[in-house]
Amino acid sequence: MHEMSITQGIVEICENSADGRQVLSVTIEIGELSSVIPEAVEFCFEASVRDSALEGTRLIIERVPALGRCLTCFAEFHVRAYYDACPSCGNYGVDILTGDELRVKELEVE
Amino acid sequence: MCTTCGCGAEDQHHHDLEQNPSDRHGDTHPHCHEHKDTSHDGAVAKRISVETEILAKNNRLAAGNRALFKQKGVFVLNLLSSPGSGKTTILERTLRDLQGKLNFAVIEGDQQTDNDAVRIAATGVPVKQVNTGAGCHLDAQMVCHAAENFDMESLDLLLIENVGNLVCPASFDLGENHKVLVLSVTEGEDKPLKYPNMFHNAEVLLLNKIDLLPYLDFDAGKCKAFARRINPGITIFDVSSKTGEGMDAWYDWLAAAVRKNG
Repeated sequence: MHEMSITQGIVEICENSADGRQVLSVTIEIGELSSVIPEAVEFCFEASVRDSALEGTRLIIERVPALGRCLTCFAEFHVRAYYDACPSCGNYGVDILTGDELRVKELEVE
Repeated sequence: MCTTCGCGAEDQHHHDLEQNPSDRHGDTHPHCHEHKDTSHDGAVAKRISVETEILAKNNRLAAGNRALFKQKGVFVLNLLSSPGSGKTTILERTLRDLQGKLNFAVIEGDQQTDNDAVRIAATGVPVKQVNTGAGCHLDAQMVCHAAENFDMESLDLLLIENVGNLVCPASFDLGENHKVLVLSVTEGEDKPLKYPNMFHNAEVLLLNKIDLLPYLDFDAGKCKAFARRINPGITIFDVSSKTGEGMDAWYDWLAAAVRKNG
């Protein structure tokens, strides 16, 4: 359940960035290829902020599509999984351009 | 309290592995791009652009570990696998066979017990057990503190045996040079496809327990092909930590990597 560690990271970033102000919402980006389950983060976030200054903060999760570049022909394509073959040349092996993000994008504060 | 990593450690520990403190600012603070919005009830809300990696703290500590290991000339491997693949047995055999040739230390990660540390200590190699409790992975802070138990000046190699788990440890950089994955032939040849994140990030795959191949339906060729689909550059060694078959090629790789590391 590494989502709990991930969520504790989100909470720390919120506290540092809000600088004492009430946080209304936090928007995070989770890439399609990151090994983090959004539903588990939602569950852990609710548990982490209970009885804290962040209780009631809305968690907004944006999924970042996975874009990769073929290591053989350099074509760029939407990667559904690391083991996908390149749709252009059929070879395996992809350089991930986007889709492994785990990032706090922005906060909305009072 | 430790002011570098925020832990509550009571014991003295140093942080000469700390990065330039000025580097920390960008990791942990917002860029201060603030925008004002008016909500439906007329109250003013501000949007703060943060753009901070959720794992920034772990990544910063891992970078500090890496800088220290490099400075001390210690080559570091993060051993990963599911539980029961034979990581500890591979370590025991490696440590005994290379005794006198390379100077090792080992960090053992498990949720509970010091069983593995006891096995490693029997080889005469310095070892530190880390129990993660409910945690499913080691992180850079745990490794930072565990490494303080060793005389780094005298080491060639630090081997970190992560918690047995093919999912969670993939996300947490420890400051290692490489990730080494252990997969045993009793686990099924499709594991690379089922746990691709782990295979994508590994430098070496040790395919262990090959002495059992005559008794199994495991297709080693298919398994390696799956691993190379995800990671075409992965180096694969067929080994048996029980009989010693194939271990020499792994030792040659280790020795060459240590020489290259200087």
